[in-house]
Amino acid sequence: MRQFTYLTPKTLDEAISLLESHGERARYVAGGTDVLVKIKEGKIAPDYLVSLKHIIGQDRPFLNHETGELYIGAFCTHRSIEQSPLVQHHYPILHDAVKNIGSVQIRNVATIGGNLVNAVPSADGAIPLIALDAKANIYGTKGQRSIDLRRFFLGPGQCDLDGGEILTEIAIPPLAPRTGGAYTKHGRREAMELPMLGVGVLLSLEEDMTTCAKARICLGVAAPTPFRALEAEKQLQGKIVNEENLGEAGRIAGQESKVRDSIRGVAWYRREMVGVLVKRMGLKALERAKDKPK
Amino acid sequence: MAREISFVFNGNPMKMMIADHWTLLHLIREELGYSGTKEGCGSGECGACTVIVDGEAVNSCLYLAAEIDGKKLTTIEGLAAADGTLHPIQKSFVENGGIQCGFCSPGMIMSAKALLDKTPNAPEEEIKEAIAGNLCRCTGYVQIIDSIKAVSGHGEDEPHVVAFKTEDGDRGE
Repeated sequence: MRQFTYLTPKTLDEAISLLESHGERARYVAGGTDVLVKIKEGKIAPDYLVSLKHIIGQDRPFLNHETGELYIGAFCTHRSIEQSPLVQHHYPILHDAVKNIGSVQIRNVATIGGNLVNAVPSADGAIPLIALDAKANIYGTKGQRSIDLRRFFLGPGQCDLDGGEILTEIAIPPLAPRTGGAYTKHGRREAMELPMLGVGVLLSLEEDMTTCAKARICLGVAAPTPFRALEAEKQLQGKIVNEENLGEAGRIAGQESKVRDSIRGVAWYRREMVGVLVKRMGLKALERAKDKPK
Repeated sequence: MAREISFVFNGNPMKMMIADHWTLLHLIREELGYSGTKEGCGSGECGACTVIVDGEAVNSCLYLAAEIDGKKLTTIEGLAAADGTLHPIQKSFVENGGIQCGFCSPGMIMSAKALLDKTPNAPEEEIKEAIAGNLCRCTGYVQIIDSIKAVSGHGEDEPHVVAFKTEDGDRGE
């Protein structure tokens, strides 16, 4: 592999100052499963890699019991999120997504923050987090800022990070009562595959356990960036959650999608599958909202 | 840049100078001279380079050697006993036809070991998940899964035999 100097700062401030002092010649790296591939392929050629792996901080998802907020450090590996009992029991939509990213070997090393800052349209991690109304906490020379994760993605490979800024944490607001969610990645095979589509549905029910109080329908690979199908969500709100209404929401979500033909699938098929999968994930979300552990 | 790192390699504490841009795979094969760990794709797709770092399976082609500092590294060479007795997983691969050309085997066995060290009685579902990142182009995976199941206690009484020797020579079935 091309030569570079590997720097291992212990604090965020140190990392930012290292990146700024080397300018264009430096690049952040966390797990490295994307950055090292890009270096090997000659797509990037940094002289300095500034590692974010040695920064002291939380490396497991953490629930604030007072506020009900879930915090996921950006340097958490996918495996640590997948194996977190907290995520397994209370955020199954996120578990659905992280357990199917890459392989065990990749998930042991690759981080959720890395998955997000790559900002690929197929980022599996982003879809459930957007459905959960997550915020991205970002740290830079000007201090800390926080934005809605759905606004974080600007285009394929582009996210809202300036110069030396670092995505440090994902914050998920408390779940509404009677909420269930599900995510599916659609592709030709299960492992080691970039999705042809990613579909996440999160539903909160009214006390009657049948009416939709709040809906989130979030799609990956259906547009240049992960996005929420707002019209479809609106259609579902206040309606009984059943096959018919979910089917209609799915149809609208398909219309809202800006799918295109690519090597992994053609546009008409993707649009059709958005409808099918929104319905399927909606029914699964309904079931999960009903069986929710108290 | 160069740096000194310390780590435990197959049970032996080591200290050595490495270059920052070396991958763990380069360290193992080219510097330490252990060629059991294979390079397939070099980009984390095939799993041929799988090794175990602090109990977790990782792709050594995408892992910087610098990151092994202070950790325990196990490669396929660390499995058999000093007298050459094979590890139960290795033995099972031999007995159940889990090996054909052998190129994926070290990676497969390391993925299986990382799983069984944590979950000794792992069911088939977990076995499939553990080796989802290991490609084999010979066996069709069935014998590999059988080989691991035989160790995890979920083996069939009669393993799927797909090739065996007769008096007339090798036969496939």
